[in-house]
Amino acid sequence: VKIAVCVKHVPSGRVRFHPETLRIDRTGPGELNAFDKYPLEAAARLAEADGHEVVAVSVGAPAAEETLRTALSLGADRAVLVSDPAAAGSDLVATARLLAAALAGEAPDLALFGQQSSDGGGAALWAAVAEMLRVPFVSQASELTIDGSTLRVRRETEYGDDFIEAPLPAVVAVSDAINEPRYASLKGRMAAKKKPLVVLTAAELGLDVTAVGDAGSPSEVLAAGTPPTRTGRVTLDDEATAAASILEYLVDRELV
Amino acid sequence: VKVLVVVEHDAGAYTKGSLGVLSRAAALDGADEVAAVVAGAGPLDTVGAEAGRHGATTVYVAADASLEPALPQPRVDVLEQVVRAGAFDSVFFCNSVLGADTAAGLAARLGAGLNWDLVDVEVRDGALVGKKPALSDSVLFDVGWRGGPSLALFRSGSFEPSPIGGEARIEPVPFTSSPHSQLARVTKQERRADEGASIEDAEVVVAGGVGLGSAEGFELAEELAGAVGGAVGATRAAVYKGWYPHHAQVGQTGKTVSPRLYIALGISGAVQHKVGMQNAKVIVAINKDPNAPIFEFSDLAVVGDVHTVVPALIALLRARPGAGSVPERPGA
Repeated sequence: VKIAVCVKHVPSGRVRFHPETLRIDRTGPGELNAFDKYPLEAAARLAEADGHEVVAVSVGAPAAEETLRTALSLGADRAVLVSDPAAAGSDLVATARLLAAALAGEAPDLALFGQQSSDGGGAALWAAVAEMLRVPFVSQASELTIDGSTLRVRRETEYGDDFIEAPLPAVVAVSDAINEPRYASLKGRMAAKKKPLVVLTAAELGLDVTAVGDAGSPSEVLAAGTPPTRTGRVTLDDEATAAASILEYLVDRELV
Repeated sequence: VKVLVVVEHDAGAYTKGSLGVLSRAAALDGADEVAAVVAGAGPLDTVGAEAGRHGATTVYVAADASLEPALPQPRVDVLEQVVRAGAFDSVFFCNSVLGADTAAGLAARLGAGLNWDLVDVEVRDGALVGKKPALSDSVLFDVGWRGGPSLALFRSGSFEPSPIGGEARIEPVPFTSSPHSQLARVTKQERRADEGASIEDAEVVVAGGVGLGSAEGFELAEELAGAVGGAVGATRAAVYKGWYPHHAQVGQTGKTVSPRLYIALGISGAVQHKVGMQNAKVIVAINKDPNAPIFEFSDLAVVGDVHTVVPALIALLRARPGAGSVPERPGA
């Protein structure tokens, strides 16, 4: 079984927008999206148990190579970076096209995602990618097992847990309840430097440049403004009378 | 614009969030037509009538056994069909696990733009413009769509449902499915004991953080929730310590809630938590640290120890006349 883990290179620390392009400023230092450590850990555990191959895949600027090295230090065997100046500014659909093309080339039995990215991107990128690959997908996976060619997932929803089965190949987005990700060991970091990493352009994936980047994106950011803020705060700092004051506040506003 | 609103329901009862989105669409200046679509195992008559009362003129109903489990892919099939047949140029969703997955799947299917985490929308020169907060809500972007249908996924709790008393034409949708949409199947469902009491739909949420001190500390949150008729939420940090179940987690990696009243007990107010509850109408925070960030976005900031203030508050609430008749969960 071959497992692909899709990872994202996100800005370290505070996310900023470029005032003119209104895109996320990606010129500063970056790192592996913290939520992507969970699918990496899930893949590493499956691989340790059954000898699966794990490929880390990312779409991003050349600096995303650093994030893929981190992924390699956390158990991935090799890495694929889709990087192309023409792909800059790709929205959800355009990014999904790039990622789906890269995954189609790898043909993994299972493609894993983290549940979100810390830079606010990708509402549900996995769903778009799975749709383009025409394979089943499950999100919010809190448990994941492979049984022959069948995938078994426990999914958390607002109402309870669903137990889902699907044939491979499939796409799964795992929640941060699935495991406790490991830290990269010194040995892991050393080994990561020697593991293979290839960089591919959109054209090498067979994609027309008009289908990716800003040109291929059916959504856009138009302008930035200032949101309204909460006003009229009341502060209570006398612990002895606080309870009575809270009750009065709630009763006045018909909240109880 | 011609708007199709995707309305979610749980066992035949609409989610408050999706009815709110429908109400917003019905009140949208520049909307020429507002229809709703609902999918499930059926019968969905009451669901259809409810959509009519909230402003839909037509309700497309896809009733099929394979739509019973809350899986997104068969819903993408339904939506593609309705969007194409009805020539809708805009599709609105309320955010949820199912809503987000379905919206992104439909975006890929149609090659359409999806803007998410929207808090409002307007029609400008005949085109839809979305309002999207970013950077911990310090900036509000105007976002747009090019070509294809405009898919909009709204932040949960952005709008209140407001019935306007209309009646909808019910249009059955014959369900046809793509082969790959039928491959995932639900083999078992475990409903939580507090069935239906999704904190996302609760009118009052009492949430606890690390300041409650222990798993036992959450009994305080539960008692207060009982006294004010609310549901209990928890921060990620408290959930990670094993003090409260994950399904009650409010925040970036949990639920987004927008109750009338949010009471935060011993919660510092990390961004991770803030994004899940900042839409609450009134926020009351109790924390002994006067510098806790949560006070910056609270309406009532109470500096004090939760273990002193909360028991006193519970006693006062219980001593009120008629306190015994407060329903457990008015939001359910």
